[in-house]
Amino acid sequence: MTFQSVVLKAARARCFSSHLQLARATSSCRCSLSTSASDDLATRHAVAPLHAPVTALTEDESMIRDVARQWANDGLRPVVRKMDREGSLDPDILSSLFAQGFMGMEIPPEHGGSGLSFTSACLVVEEISRVDPSVAILVDIHNTLTNNAIRFWGSESLRNTWLPRLATDTVSSFCLSEAESGSDAFALKTTAIPTSSSEYVLNGTKLWISNAAQAGVFLVFANANPAAGYKGITAFMVDAKTEGISVGPPESKLGLRASSTCPITFDDVKVTTDDILGQVGMGYKYCINILNEGRIGIACQQIGIAKGCLDIVMPYLKERQQFGRAIADFQGVQFQVAMAATELHAAEVMTYNACRLKEANLPFVKEASMAKLYSSKVSEKVASLTIELLGGIGFTQDLLAEKFYRDCKVGSIYEGTSNMQLQTIAKLLFADFK
Amino acid sequence: MKILVGIKRVVDYAVKVRVSKGTVDLANVKQSMNPFCEIAVEEAVRLKESKNASEVVALSIGPKQCTETIRTALAMGCDRGIHIQTDLRTDYMDLQPFAIAQLFQKIVEKEKSDLVLLGKQGIDSDCGQTGPMLAGMMGWPQVTFAAKVEVKDGGLLVERETDSGTETIQVKSLPAVVTCDLRLNEPRYATLPNIMKAKKKPVETLKAEEMGVDLVPHNQVLEILEPPPRKEGIMVENVDSLIDKLRNEAQVI
Ligand SMILES: Cc1cc2nc3c(=O)[nH]c(=O)nc-3n(C[C@H](O)[C@H](O)[C@H](O)COP(=O)(O)OP(=O)(O)OC[C@H]3O[C@@H](n4cnc5c(N)ncnc54)[C@H](O)[C@@H]3O)c2cc1C
Ligand SMILES: Cc1cc2nc3c(=O)[nH]c(=O)nc-3n(C[C@H](O)[C@H](O)[C@H](O)COP(=O)(O)OP(=O)(O)OC[C@H]3O[C@@H](n4cnc5c(N)ncnc54)[C@H](O)[C@@H]3O)c2cc1C
Repeated sequence: MTFQSVVLKAARARCFSSHLQLARATSSCRCSLSTSASDDLATRHAVAPLHAPVTALTEDESMIRDVARQWANDGLRPVVRKMDREGSLDPDILSSLFAQGFMGMEIPPEHGGSGLSFTSACLVVEEISRVDPSVAILVDIHNTLTNNAIRFWGSESLRNTWLPRLATDTVSSFCLSEAESGSDAFALKTTAIPTSSSEYVLNGTKLWISNAAQAGVFLVFANANPAAGYKGITAFMVDAKTEGISVGPPESKLGLRASSTCPITFDDVKVTTDDILGQVGMGYKYCINILNEGRIGIACQQIGIAKGCLDIVMPYLKERQQFGRAIADFQGVQFQVAMAATELHAAEVMTYNACRLKEANLPFVKEASMAKLYSSKVSEKVASLTIELLGGIGFTQDLLAEKFYRDCKVGSIYEGTSNMQLQTIAKLLFADFK
Repeated sequence: MKILVGIKRVVDYAVKVRVSKGTVDLANVKQSMNPFCEIAVEEAVRLKESKNASEVVALSIGPKQCTETIRTALAMGCDRGIHIQTDLRTDYMDLQPFAIAQLFQKIVEKEKSDLVLLGKQGIDSDCGQTGPMLAGMMGWPQVTFAAKVEVKDGGLLVERETDSGTETIQVKSLPAVVTCDLRLNEPRYATLPNIMKAKKKPVETLKAEEMGVDLVPHNQVLEILEPPPRKEGIMVENVDSLIDKLRNEAQVI
């Protein structure tokens, strides 16, 4: 009888082990080759379900999620705390994001992207968020807002110019909010005044612009005809090197500290008609459309946070002993995590369903708002509970729970505050009952 | 040089396996490429990138889901895949290294491979026998546990780590079989664009039962046991008592 148990120290900080002991004899007895387990499997496979469950992933989706998970754990996790403390993004992380293909997820291969589906891109956001939501927001905004806006409405020349760069080396920002226009986004004051038949001049200040410190290009919403109100709003792709642009210092924030959030001033910045995204005066429409689907990405970020919290707290509950036993043995603890997992599952089902509705070209706006609203509430609740269940250590920076607790809060503010989601849901709800 | 790489689909290294009904329970357990096979793939792809190899073919033997394992290898840079499909378990319960090596032999002969790169062992059964058996059947030179592979004078210079130090072996000429150890390289991640491109690379599917190989196991697995739980340790007061216990109780120093 031989016992084998090999434990190896692995590269990539992996631990492989064959948790097995095989007891073998060298007789030449025949084993029965068809087991009943594989028969069961065969019958189960024979009945094709009418609908795949929303949480069941396709082969593409699960491979992509696995790669993102592995990268986040091996490549990102080691620097998360440092980046939070220093309040800045590690440049190596940024180049790795490009190298892995995370910055051009839905950009087609002919433009240097990965050609993924929307759902796959959302799954990547979720997996990165599970380790660091501040890196996830960079990936999310870049992919779901700017890249997609250019894919959907950009002229051929804008697509040819920017998509290959966005996929391989250029970070983008989405510049909508201003000091006096947050929820009331289309009250924006930045102007784009035509100075000739082919030139416009931008003036104004944007606020809260994510990725601004790293960005090589800004998608700027400005009013080209203030007299026409929101119908003057026009979107421009503006090279960050253009004269007259100044990016202010990043805000010092509660959470997402590694993600830069800066004011940007446009002072007589010259742009041309070639830089216009789509048509003049259609900026508000593009904006509404892209944020409608973009907020599904935020919902994924929030789900990622809640899962990241459970990743921390669940093993701890089994390890931590009080009153002579693991605290996981107390029903009071069990019921709290059971409730948290239930709410997380609801948020996940809502969010994945919103992804799938969008991909199926079915109405999804109400469901996307619901998913974002609900998942941001769930992430906050799960992060808070996680800290409580960890006890004193949860309140310290020894674990990432306190960071998740800080990072999740903005989920109910950006890409439409919770009240704005409720407004959208209510509007569409009443329309259903007209 | 044409390289054939073996990629085994095994229970993921991070999964804590469950033993039930006298075997490892594979139902709903995450499975992925054997880590040593990942290293073999990486080495093959590097040989191709350095223009030492003209083509890298990845071969996996196992259930339908092996197509995912093959796709990972293709995303890492292999050119083509071959899937020998079978519902027999490949973790020693049904198919054993002797049969696997014979299936490999069929493909090596058909593909006219010059170099076969394999993991040094599968992390499920830990046999480490497929490579040596294949080399024996082919009558080829073999180097196991490779920690460094260099193409030299139409052959290979291979370093292998042994308990007593590093051994350097010259394989004077190809063909040969090399099995890969952990320190050989650090496998790359498949990037998203390459995962998508891998879908378009050709994968040939064959049936194990139709390969003209006797698949019947020659060894019988009598029992599979969980490792016994570790006994609780003790706290020692100070270094002196530690030394005392090591010397007198454990008798290890
Ligand atoms: C970290 C971070 C990153 C950001 N990144 C970007 C970015 O990249 N690009 C960008 O353009 N913007 C960005 N923003 C801005 C963000 O979108 C706005 O903060 C958000 O839209 C809310 O606007 P506000 O801050 O002006 O709040 P306000 O609009 O002043 O809202 C304050 C409160 O009033 C409530 N409220 C307002 N109107 C109503 C109403 N009619 N009925 C009921 N309640 C109402 C809101 O719900 C909220 O609770 C970012 C913000 C943060 C914090
Ligand atoms: C900022 C800070 C300041 C502090 N200052 C002091 C101080 O000055 N002096 C001092 O002595 N201590 C201090 N403490 C320690 C503090 O009192 C403990 O953290 C607290 O009592 C919880 O203990 P714990 O951290 O070991 O968590 P644990 O006791 O391990 O609890 C972990 C989780 O398990 C739950 N749990 C445990 N047992 C049960 C059960 N039977 N049923 C259901 N749930 C259960 C808890 O409710 C909690 O959610 C401080 C802690 C912090 C964070």
